[in-house]
Amino acid sequence: MRLVIALPYLWLATFFLLPFALVLAIAFGVNNPDAVPPVDLGVSLKNFRLLFTDDLYLAAWLGSLRIAAASTVLCLLLGYPMAYAIARARPGLRPLLLMAVILPFWTSFLIRVYAWMGLLASNGILNQFLRATGLVDNPGTILGTEWAVHLGIVYAYLPFMVLPVYAALEKLDTSLLEAAADLGASPLVAFLTVTLPQSLPGILAGCLLVFIPAVGEFVIPDLLGGTGTLMIGKVLWDEFFLNSDWPLASAVAICLLVLLVGPIALFQRQQAKNLERQ
Amino acid sequence: MPGRARLPSPKRSRDVGTASPQSRFGFAQAGFAFTMLAFGYAFLYLPIALVIVYSFNESRLVTVWAGFSTKWWSALFANEAMLGAAWLSLRIALVSATVAAVIGLAAGYALARVPRFFGRTLFGSLVIAPMVMPEVVMGISMLLLFVGSDRLMGWPIRGFLTIAIAHITFSIAFVAVVVQARLADFDRSLEEAAMDLGATPWTTFRTITLPLIAPAVGSGWLLAFTLSLDDLILTQFVAGAQSETLPMRVYSSVRLGVDPQINALATIIMVVAACALIFSGWLTRRKA
Repeated sequence: MRLVIALPYLWLATFFLLPFALVLAIAFGVNNPDAVPPVDLGVSLKNFRLLFTDDLYLAAWLGSLRIAAASTVLCLLLGYPMAYAIARARPGLRPLLLMAVILPFWTSFLIRVYAWMGLLASNGILNQFLRATGLVDNPGTILGTEWAVHLGIVYAYLPFMVLPVYAALEKLDTSLLEAAADLGASPLVAFLTVTLPQSLPGILAGCLLVFIPAVGEFVIPDLLGGTGTLMIGKVLWDEFFLNSDWPLASAVAICLLVLLVGPIALFQRQQAKNLERQ
Repeated sequence: MPGRARLPSPKRSRDVGTASPQSRFGFAQAGFAFTMLAFGYAFLYLPIALVIVYSFNESRLVTVWAGFSTKWWSALFANEAMLGAAWLSLRIALVSATVAAVIGLAAGYALARVPRFFGRTLFGSLVIAPMVMPEVVMGISMLLLFVGSDRLMGWPIRGFLTIAIAHITFSIAFVAVVVQARLADFDRSLEEAAMDLGATPWTTFRTITLPLIAPAVGSGWLLAFTLSLDDLILTQFVAGAQSETLPMRVYSSVRLGVDPQINALATIIMVVAACALIFSGWLTRRKA
């Protein structure tokens, strides 16, 4: 029995917890391109000061938060009605409908993002379609803008929104809706006063599952965004791989972690509550 | 009795209530939701369908349809770098999914069946945190660990081993959550009966618990396998200079622009994933 606890405990302590101590130590160091690895250890706040005073980094922080928040809202606006429709479908059909939402998640993330490159390019399929149908004469290029990044995030993370919302809606007691209708509530009022409040835990879980990874997203802004799309995950990547500035990249990682500690703790508490309810 | 006919029987009133929820609770609402569902499916599958179609395009440009051709498929199967990367990815995924299934099973079991032990709260957070940790953060932290340990002990050399360790670490969470959920909702009386009859905890686990949660472990394994095959960011950090996995190969090709060979590869991945999912759905349905 002890081994059952010790094995995962030791593994995660060694490969998950310990590395964060190293990141913290390196973040206070100074970049030294001549050393291998390129770091001089020390206690310097230089990296953190740079992160909070340089306009580029501030723009990246704000950009990440804004893009992640907007994409989460868009994801909810599309995902909620989808989950609602699946929860209202005939019970025999529901597994199939759910599977159709999950299936793309099982294919490659990278390839799903890639799929939009050909669609959104200036001479891409979307623009050709717009020109051919005469809807828009001179469509601008979406690829390389923040819109493309929003689209990519909604596309990639939609299942993470639909599943928890569906789980909450499926448990909804329909007799409450009948009671509301019997008491004269219109469908809209019944939805706002019964369905929506009851599905709030699902909405919260879904939003956190989209928002948290979206803040640190790298692949989507890198492939779909342009030079003007500043997101913190991409900044970390570039500092590390292009500039080989390990201490600065570590400082970005620490700040990103501090920023997300609130949402992550909220998510964990909710997971624990859900499991207890089961 | 004339008065009686006017009183609806309890049964009839229930019929009215459940006959058609939509009719009483808003045709408009249900209509809107089902329209959004259809739109959502189109949104999810149209890009994928176009990727597949354009893998058979004669032209190199994905924007011009120049006739049917399988030349990108032949090019893909002659692409040594791509095939080598795919083979490395498959081997890493097999190893890391299997190890993650064992450790994740232990973690899920501890969380569901051991109510009190030293540092349980920390343990619970450690198990779940990798699921929501930004990958760039996990990537840089694991790389620093491997570099540090290499400096101190000359081990591990970055490559297969470090990639596998990284994948195992973030996959444990997914297996553990599936196993824990399954353990949480099954009947414990069977386990208790076995214990009452004198079975040791290990025998009970082997003969009662494990067969019951095997499907959960199986789907956890499949999830870990898929995540490993698909991971780019963590892998890029810990891979070192010598190893290139399939997502790394795809990424370095895709950043230069659209490439029909990638469309062909994408088609293979989609078909395999669809078959695997349908097969596992069929398995669970048959069991049920």
